[in-house]
Amino acid sequence: MKRYLFVLRKPAHSGVYLQEMLDIILTTAAFDQSVSILWLDDAVFQLKNHQHPEIMGMKDTAAMFQSLSIYDVTDLYIETESLQERGLALNALSLPVQALHRQEIGAFMQGFDVVFAG
Amino acid sequence: MKFTIQVNTSPYHSNTGLSAYQFICAALDQQHEIVRVFFYHEGIYHAFKYATPPDDEIQLVKRWSELAHDYSIDLVVCISAAQRRGLLHSDEAQRQGKHDNDVADGFRIAGLGQLVEATLLADRFIVFG
Repeated sequence: MKRYLFVLRKPAHSGVYLQEMLDIILTTAAFDQSVSILWLDDAVFQLKNHQHPEIMGMKDTAAMFQSLSIYDVTDLYIETESLQERGLALNALSLPVQALHRQEIGAFMQGFDVVFAG
Repeated sequence: MKFTIQVNTSPYHSNTGLSAYQFICAALDQQHEIVRVFFYHEGIYHAFKYATPPDDEIQLVKRWSELAHDYSIDLVVCISAAQRRGLLHSDEAQRQGKHDNDVADGFRIAGLGQLVEATLLADRFIVFG
């Protein structure tokens, strides 16, 4: 078994980027690997509650992540500064994520076998 | 060392795919092993057989096919990403009631499990794009 970290950096509605990232995240979890996710930069918007993307004919990205718990993907992390720079706080998000400071991220990534840049 | 490579960008959106190709050539030159090259997201556009760039431009699809032929490199295109973007091999086209085989020589279409397996087999996994 390897330890995988999926790093998400793009905003909520970037084509099918998020759908396809979720596909590989869930496939990796289905292979019984250790899966963690880290949200950085504009990707923090993916988790924002109270989205109304159906007005634009798109999917609610926060709702898409509800499938993670079915696959036991519960190691979820977010960068504090990415939230702060965008005027968001943990209570505006749809999932229970652990906040990490920017200066901790490098050492945090060292703990994984595969860092999957997305 | 064993490398698994992922390519996420199309040939004409950026030079990232070309960088991946050049990295692979350099790695092979130094006797490293390429476990698999996996084309995901917009990277599937590297596998379109009928891409016909002008003669004076780099023929990247052809280069990949030659690489697969010369070094027996496993070039795998994600099936769901490919279907979404209209890249079908003959079996799948037939199943969907469509025609044609759009997949360039040396590439094969398979599921995401092939990517996970390749990352498990490799010492290093590098994402381009």
